[in-house]
Amino acid sequence: MSEKHIDDVSGVETTGHEWDGIRELNNPLPRWWLWTFYATIVWAIGYMIAYPAIPLINGATPGMLGYSSRANVVADLADAKAEQGVLLEKVAATPIEEIASDPELLQFAIAGGSSAFKVNCAQCHGSGAAGSPGYPNLNDDDWIWGGTIDQIYLSIAHGIRYDGDEDTRVSEMPAFGDILEAEQINQVAAYVVSLSDTPADPSMVEPGQVVFAENCAACHGDNAEGLADFGAPRLSDGIWLKGSTEAQIVQQIRNPKHGVMPAWVDRLGEPTIKQLAVFVHTLGGGQ
Amino acid sequence: MKYAFETIAVGIGAFLALLGVAFAKDDLFAAHMWVLFFVLLVSTVLLLRRVTFSPATGQSADDKSGYFDEVVRYGIIATTFWGIVGFLVGVVVALQMAYPDLNIEPWFSFGRMRPLHTSAVIFAFGGNALIATSFYVVQRTSRARLFGGDLGWFVFWGYQLFIVMAATGYLLGITQGREYAEPEWYVDLWLTVVWVAYLIAFLGTIIKRKEPHIYVANWFYLAFIVTIAMLHIVNNLAMPVSFLGVKSYSAFAGVQDALTQWWYGHNAVGFFLTAGFLGMMYYFIPKQANRPVYSYRLSIIHFWALIFLYIWAGPHHLHYTALPDWAQTLGMVFSIMLWMPSWGGMINGLMTLSGAWDKIRTDPIIRMMVIAVAFYGMSTFEGPMMSIKAVNSLSHYTEWTIGHVHSGALGWVGMISFGAIYYLVPKLWNRPRLYSMRLVNWHFWLATLGIVVYAAVLWVAGIQQGLMWREYNDQGFLVYSFAESVAAMFPYYLLRAVGGIMYLAGGIIMGWNVFMTIRGYERDEAPIPGNEPVMQPAE
Repeated sequence: MSEKHIDDVSGVETTGHEWDGIRELNNPLPRWWLWTFYATIVWAIGYMIAYPAIPLINGATPGMLGYSSRANVVADLADAKAEQGVLLEKVAATPIEEIASDPELLQFAIAGGSSAFKVNCAQCHGSGAAGSPGYPNLNDDDWIWGGTIDQIYLSIAHGIRYDGDEDTRVSEMPAFGDILEAEQINQVAAYVVSLSDTPADPSMVEPGQVVFAENCAACHGDNAEGLADFGAPRLSDGIWLKGSTEAQIVQQIRNPKHGVMPAWVDRLGEPTIKQLAVFVHTLGGGQ
Repeated sequence: MKYAFETIAVGIGAFLALLGVAFAKDDLFAAHMWVLFFVLLVSTVLLLRRVTFSPATGQSADDKSGYFDEVVRYGIIATTFWGIVGFLVGVVVALQMAYPDLNIEPWFSFGRMRPLHTSAVIFAFGGNALIATSFYVVQRTSRARLFGGDLGWFVFWGYQLFIVMAATGYLLGITQGREYAEPEWYVDLWLTVVWVAYLIAFLGTIIKRKEPHIYVANWFYLAFIVTIAMLHIVNNLAMPVSFLGVKSYSAFAGVQDALTQWWYGHNAVGFFLTAGFLGMMYYFIPKQANRPVYSYRLSIIHFWALIFLYIWAGPHHLHYTALPDWAQTLGMVFSIMLWMPSWGGMINGLMTLSGAWDKIRTDPIIRMMVIAVAFYGMSTFEGPMMSIKAVNSLSHYTEWTIGHVHSGALGWVGMISFGAIYYLVPKLWNRPRLYSMRLVNWHFWLATLGIVVYAAVLWVAGIQQGLMWREYNDQGFLVYSFAESVAAMFPYYLLRAVGGIMYLAGGIIMGWNVFMTIRGYERDEAPIPGNEPVMQPAE
């Protein structure tokens, strides 16, 4: 132990040690620091008495307040369900096409559908339901599988080309690359493009119309107006699911891509599917 | 021949790496072993040619002081280099958040760049800063040369090899998916060897000290080294699928695995980023201020309280999860009790300036250290507050957490390291002063404003994000989709990148200042007002 040493500036005694020129003052612990430290310890003990804290062999001390985060979640969910219960039951009991005639029920169904859409549908169809290449825009009046509320309900409930659901909607356009000549595919693509007032080579459009009538009209309709029962899209409205350029259309004729949408009825339950159908139906293009 | 053994050992290592390539069970392991092979091959050639990288020419390898300082010089250069790299990657990932198109698949996607950033700043920048300063401080305060002869070199180069293997592994896509512990089993094993060597070198120096007592800085450094060894080993317990393949499976599963990970993760913050850097503070603030430490008693009490309490606080990372309620309570109450022990370090750092407060005005290096301690105090208040379950239910998973981490990392860890670097560089290279004090001042303001922008922006962002996620309308339906909350973050992400760019600019200025000081230049400049050149007082 070195001899006593007083720091000149503060007048406080040091501990007497020195390391590479560093000394340490022998100041006491700041009182406020010590008392605050004690207070946090007292608070911690109090909290441990009030809440589950000490592990035992089976489980832990439950705490005097009987708090349980899992019980709280269950209670919160039950409260939320109870608040919506009356209207939810009414949705479940009302045939879907009649929901619109009860303003309160309609408003509730749209709000619930919108909320379910944000969680389950926005990932593919977008937050505003505007879609993206390969995922249909739900705001327009072009409905591949039909835009009545019943048809929308079926599409959501059972999905599109979804293996896990027997009632899923299925359609499969053949790969015309194996059926038609490359030139014929180019011609029919030019014809299809011309239907929505898009400039196309006239010398291609005319033979393309013949190819269309022989190969495509059976599903897409004589005037390419589409056929919802077959899931055959309308081709004359300038709305394209996979891409609007002639090259993209050629690709889709030659070797079509087929999108998949999951069936939702088992995951979300009947009433939520109803609300989703009502919501999507009101987005703008419902028939 | 000098370093004959080392040369042979590295050469054999290169050969083994080549064998690893030849017999690899998967392509990633082969690619990673190619990296290792080339690193070790170049090292062997350099050792054979015995090239020295001594940055300043004309320096005698043997210091008159008798201390082993050459490894500290390398450490300071590595710290500066990795710091700038880490900040740069940070800016890139910040911009990737704002502009997803900047994700360049597969090597430079966010998922690979993010661990590159965190490991570069924590382990490459912070780790090198801690190793270099601890070697400097333990020798000075023990009045003994570093124990183990060239062991110090093994620790330094072994640690750099760990960094290179970790970083290249991330970019290749090799990860065990544990936050801040991403390297796979074989890199973990190598780090364990290096870390044990570090412990031996440090502890050996303390044991052969010529001072009767162990200085407080060394308590903190030792606590850091010992605890990190324990955390690293336990958290990385895993069974490799093949001894010549990258994949391994953790020894833990489910919520036990999550708790082990956050026991590690939180104490990496506690013992790497807090205890280690407190050791740094306890040496460099009294030295730079030339004042005694404020309170010996406070240093003892807050040291032991901090060490005892920190290790229990990890469960607060798992509030409202599958973790049992009692463990959540444990994590929360220990975090609250940790508040004052953490602040003990702040009080001792700030009050050490009593009698020298004027230096905050006149000495940019002191100013840097003081702002570091101020940010330390702020983030060690914010941390316990965020551990309270009611607060955590809002803040958890939001940008607020990122802001909190960065006010600690940029403010405390970064600034105290910069202060130590500015203190050390003239001393280590025997220069009368730094190249430029005005550049230190520029660095100070850029870094400080950068942190303020960064932290403030992410507070707003995090609170908004948390409120959007929990917003229900009066019919009990969710109001915002997750994607809408992401879209709302764009302006904050942009501003956060601006804060990061300011911090990076400060780091680059430091790099230039350090480089020019080592080269022996002194910038002809007006002194900082009130700080006309004064001779260093005799010690």
